[in-house]
Amino acid sequence: MKQLSARFERIAWPLGFGIAVLILWQVMVRAFNIPPAILPAPTEIGAAIARSTHILWIDWVQTAVKGAITGLIMGAIAGVAAAIAIDRVDFLRRGLLPVANFVAALPIVGVAPIMVMWFGFDWHSKAAVVVIMVFFPMLVNTLAGLAATDRMQRDLMQTYSASHLQTLTKLRLPAAMPFIFNGLKIATTLALIGAIVAEYFGSPTRGMGFRISTEVGRLGIDMVWAEIAVSALTGTALYALVALIERGVTFWHPSQRRRR
Amino acid sequence: MRNILSILTVVIAIIALWYVGSFFMNRAWVMDQAARAGETPSLMQQIEGTMTQDRAKLPAPHQVAQELWKGTVEKKVTSKRSLVYHGYITFQSTMAGFALGIFAGVALAVLIVVSRVADLALMPWAIISQTIPVVALAPMIVVLSNAVGFESLIVPKALIAAYLSFFPVLVSMIAGLRSPDGMQLDLLRTYGASQSQVFWKLRLPASLPYFFASLKIAVAASLVGAIVGELPTGAIAGLGARMLIGSQFGQPMIMWSALFAAAILAALLIWLVTGIEALAARMMGGRRA
Repeated sequence: MKQLSARFERIAWPLGFGIAVLILWQVMVRAFNIPPAILPAPTEIGAAIARSTHILWIDWVQTAVKGAITGLIMGAIAGVAAAIAIDRVDFLRRGLLPVANFVAALPIVGVAPIMVMWFGFDWHSKAAVVVIMVFFPMLVNTLAGLAATDRMQRDLMQTYSASHLQTLTKLRLPAAMPFIFNGLKIATTLALIGAIVAEYFGSPTRGMGFRISTEVGRLGIDMVWAEIAVSALTGTALYALVALIERGVTFWHPSQRRRR
Repeated sequence: MRNILSILTVVIAIIALWYVGSFFMNRAWVMDQAARAGETPSLMQQIEGTMTQDRAKLPAPHQVAQELWKGTVEKKVTSKRSLVYHGYITFQSTMAGFALGIFAGVALAVLIVVSRVADLALMPWAIISQTIPVVALAPMIVVLSNAVGFESLIVPKALIAAYLSFFPVLVSMIAGLRSPDGMQLDLLRTYGASQSQVFWKLRLPASLPYFFASLKIAVAASLVGAIVGELPTGAIAGLGARMLIGSQFGQPMIMWSALFAAAILAALLIWLVTGIEALAARMMGGRRA
């Protein structure tokens, strides 16, 4: 019974807070007569979403699916693969890890205009930006994860006369999974940012970033908020999906064990 | 020492790869020009042609270095084409956003650690806020801060930077404020310490190493926010605005120099924060966190 109420609290409080903010927003807009060109009420945003589901869907496919998710998958695979390759060569690991760490902290979004120049206006350039943005956090986290096994564990594998590949797949990659998922969580949020930013540098006449910048110009602010709502939902859903997969893959990790 | 050697090797390898890359990416243009003139360029001519283009697809490293040198040293700092000038504009909003982000992060962390209700109600939203792509929100932040009466662009840019930088501070501060273990808390209880005394004398000092560790991530995030904030806001000054201008006028050199100026600014900021971290650790007589 106590567990149940704790669980209820964990959902009720944040939900209540969110609803309270929405109600406050609605009341403020109505009470102070804020024009919809500045801040539309939540109900108007809801109406805009209902009115233009078709446009929102097209934009979502263009930006989220073709740009962000394609780029995310390619960048994540490339990052993990590069980390596994680099990890084999000690010299590379010592040389590349500081460089990659440094690059991961740089404002990589800046490559967006260059990628648009190279790959054109369509989703390819957006995916390219996402690949580059995602690559470095994945690389750094996977390398850290591959180093996470201790001497005893590796020695044990050696006494089993396990090959490099066997040690990798049976010990080191599973041990690296918490780190890899940490990187993936960072990567999901970066992916959407990258895909939308790249659209500010040129895009076909669809896409979330394109819609937002044109609707701001036309004072269609309710439509902008509708796009924001969609992007927020997408970001949260992607993050939740990664967290869910993580729970399945790294069920053994202390942070995933059920609290008693 | 061995590490420095391997880092240098990697950096040199990257530059070499870059040269090879610019040769192949710019070659098409050279060959095209030569074909129009009815010539077949020798390899040396090809190499020379690919390394000196004004609108190269991938400018060679020395071209970017030259452009950076021109933009920082040879131009007057006040000039509209000086990268120092644009970098300073971005730096201002980065710092404003950084300060705001630190303040918001610490305040929220204290609230969350002190109150269980705040923990339950706010923490999920703090996580959700980071999964929302801030670039989508950016134009709205500009419109709203304009409506409230802030004319200058620094306010919305700082808000966007703060939006990205508060989260690392929040997460680290919560971990830090909760880091004192049962023994330490029990000790203070035997002293008859009040809740506020526990907070000021134990929790807050214990959180400082965590705080400084988070600043490096926060300052990098803040710079990303400031640059991103310049894109959809119609800014004409700042490194992000420079990239946009270079993109709109088809001037790759402007984009590349702005990109590297941003990278250098990030390196400087991180170096500065690392220095402050080391200084604070020494002043508190602590070990490195």
